[in-house]
Amino acid sequence: MVRLFIDNKEIEAEAGTPLLQVCLSNDIYVPNLCYLEGTKPQASCRLCFVEIEGEDRPVTSCTVEVRDNMVVKTDTEAVRRLQRTALRFLLSTHHVKCKECPANKKCELQRLAKFLKVGLRPKNLDRHLKETETDKSHPVFNYYPNRCILCGRCIHACKREHGKALLTFAKRGIDTVISFYGEEDMSRLPGEKCIACVEVCPVKAITLK
Amino acid sequence: MTEEIHQLFNAIREEAEKRRNAFREAPVPKIHIGMATCGIASGAIETKKAFEEALAEQNIEAQIHTVGCVGHCYAEPIVIIDHPASGFPPVFYHEVTAGKAKMLTKLFLAEGDPRFEHVYGATEENELIPSVMEFPRFNQEKRVVMEKCGRIDPEDIYDYIAESGYSSLVKALQLKPEEIIREVQESGLRGRGGAGFPTGRKWELARQARGENKIIICNADEGDPGAYMDRTILESNPHQVLEGMILCAYAVGAGNATVYVRAEYPLAVKTVTRAIQQAKELRLLGKGILGTDFDLEINVFRGSGAFVCGEETALIQSIEGHRGTPQHRPPYPVERGLRGQPTVINNVKTLASVPQILNHGAAWYRSIGTESSPGTAIFSVVGSVVHPGLVEIPMGVTLRTLIFDICGGIPNKKKFKAVQIGGPSGGCLPADFLDTPIDFDSLTEAGAMMGSGGMVVMDEDSCVVDVSRYFLDFTQKESCGKCTFCRVGTYHLLSILERLTKGEGKEGDLEQLENLSLDIKNGSLCGLGKTAPNPVLTSLRYFRDEYEAHVSEKRCPGKICRALTAFYIDLDKCARGCDICGGCCPVDAVFSTKNRKKAIDQTRCVKCGECKVACPPDYQAVKKVSPPSLAPFIERPPKI
Ligand SMILES: Cc1cc2nc3c(=O)[nH]c(=O)nc-3n(C[C@H](O)[C@H](O)[C@H](O)COP(=O)(O)O)c2cc1C
Repeated sequence: MVRLFIDNKEIEAEAGTPLLQVCLSNDIYVPNLCYLEGTKPQASCRLCFVEIEGEDRPVTSCTVEVRDNMVVKTDTEAVRRLQRTALRFLLSTHHVKCKECPANKKCELQRLAKFLKVGLRPKNLDRHLKETETDKSHPVFNYYPNRCILCGRCIHACKREHGKALLTFAKRGIDTVISFYGEEDMSRLPGEKCIACVEVCPVKAITLK
Repeated sequence: MTEEIHQLFNAIREEAEKRRNAFREAPVPKIHIGMATCGIASGAIETKKAFEEALAEQNIEAQIHTVGCVGHCYAEPIVIIDHPASGFPPVFYHEVTAGKAKMLTKLFLAEGDPRFEHVYGATEENELIPSVMEFPRFNQEKRVVMEKCGRIDPEDIYDYIAESGYSSLVKALQLKPEEIIREVQESGLRGRGGAGFPTGRKWELARQARGENKIIICNADEGDPGAYMDRTILESNPHQVLEGMILCAYAVGAGNATVYVRAEYPLAVKTVTRAIQQAKELRLLGKGILGTDFDLEINVFRGSGAFVCGEETALIQSIEGHRGTPQHRPPYPVERGLRGQPTVINNVKTLASVPQILNHGAAWYRSIGTESSPGTAIFSVVGSVVHPGLVEIPMGVTLRTLIFDICGGIPNKKKFKAVQIGGPSGGCLPADFLDTPIDFDSLTEAGAMMGSGGMVVMDEDSCVVDVSRYFLDFTQKESCGKCTFCRVGTYHLLSILERLTKGEGKEGDLEQLENLSLDIKNGSLCGLGKTAPNPVLTSLRYFRDEYEAHVSEKRCPGKICRALTAFYIDLDKCARGCDICGGCCPVDAVFSTKNRKKAIDQTRCVKCGECKVACPPDYQAVKKVSPPSLAPFIERPPKI
């Protein structure tokens, strides 16, 4: 066990636990999207920044293991600035049509926007949407590229479930999407038995057909 | 043990010397032809064929010696003819086309006339022909890494050995690994892959790391646009790189090594693969190196050419068969790298420096360059310079010396405007910085970066906003898409820059560029995103007025951005009846005015500039202006 201080609160935790996990377990909310308990932290959504005494700039808390006497601040100006920019970036590529979206009111983006006080339609940033609104190529699932925030939780949940992921990131840069490898052969897929990817998606970008 | 090493190696060296002497002493002329990718692209294969045919036709005996690249891109194909019987020293010829090759065979080889009008210089001091060493391009360079490039045949291991190749390995095998690491540490060698991390320290960490199967990787991904140092070295002297890798493996205790080369470098792949084979045949590599119990296998991995795969963690992912995406560090590869093993990743130039350091000693290496950046820097200098190419200089030489003395300055009497250093991660420095010494720390301080050695020189006819747009377009396309800041952030930078170059800039755009850039730097996962805003930040810092001109006046000071420029014809200069411009216009935008002069229909003009090129020098009537409103309006008469 180690003892550390998060936002002036003294906290005990198992040594080696990711700091983000410790914050969340102690009711200290740190914005996050790509973190999935029990899988290797990807540090890709770039939201879970915190400041740690001794480090000169904010660090992602999912990649830091708690140490004794660590002093952590989750609510500093530098942290919020990065989180807000990251969220605004995500929203600028997100089709904000909440009323028509099955994730409405359960959506992590809505939660984050409220927590960070960021408008759902960020000003000053061009909106970039992908051409395909719904990718129906998979026999079981539909995929919505303009909802997807590319956190990769689906990929890692799938890998956790099956040993290897049946979906992947594809393409690069702003065109990056999730792909099912083009697999259409039902005999090679778990079918509706496994919906791990659907369940972990924070924005309902993958749904059952 | 020591004795066996010497015995085995002496036999190899004797063989190398025997071959070298046989070549040297053969009473026939020698023709050295540069056959690296750059030479081949300029026609070296045809040149070689022309020599072979001409020699056969005229029944002349001569030896053709294919070598790598000497770095003088502007002069390719390069041929050095050593014809002692003529009484002349070895002569350096530039731009030797097939025709020139035939002519030189007849006139120089057969008749003894070196054709002075084609001579670039002699490669040795002599009384007859000025030596190339009189040119700054030759005498101000300091060759450590590229010392043998262009002098030896990269396909012949004996050629390398005859020039004392692999002698540092012999030395090293008699030292303790720790002693080698100490020597490298004392030399102050810093990684040439961009970040300048102390190489000795990296090796020490890897040596101390726990792991059964430590691994060495030579990073030859080289994805910066316009950079080709690593390719040239691998194509011109692969053994020096291999020797560096073997020394590294011995020092850290690794048994496996990989050369990670991009597949777009087929000649480099072929040359290195052959070199590995040859080294194995001589027991300089493989099982029981030079009779010791030190084993090392080196293989070649062909990368698929993603820029981000040069980043060490992405590189490891790609070797493991995954998508090439960077991973959070720590753990660093020296602790847990390829397949979980401690892995040293070094750049080609870093590794190729090590044999020289061990041969000549750390003190010698430290005597070159500066206190904090010992050794040499290799740049591929391109853009507006008279003598573009690869240049190896001691660290600490100023940008001015490099650009104006060594590379011959700016052609066509244009003015210097800026130099972009370090590729897409680097920065753009203005004339005020020409006296900055080239070393890791000075460049970083100025806002640029050593990077891996790309340098683009720009004259007054260039636009820094457009250059930033170019680099951001590159980084956005090469972003792996994993992390939010790089994937989306570089997209927004690019879209603002695109707007500026199209004349659609708005108030607040520049502040937005700055703010987003800072967040992308601080928020990104890997070096690609962290450095992607550098071209924007430095050019905004040093050329803010040019950005402002784009936003508020819709004017491009360099007259490059098409939407912000226009061509018109100065009627006072235009010659009545001349139709050269009209003849070359691809879109029929040039029309005749009432007095049989010419004018440009702005609604049709696509601003290709052909008319400006075509207009005879006596008139120079076609003008380019920015903003476009400066072009006087002349109405096109209706078609009859
Ligand atoms: C986007 C990106 C691309 C890179 N490309 C290369 C490359 O092409 N070659 C290289 O040697 N290092 C490259 N690096 C640096 C490597 O990650 C690593 O630091 C280097 O290979 C270490 O070698 P050194 O210590 O000899 O410099 C790149 C880094 C980043 C962030």
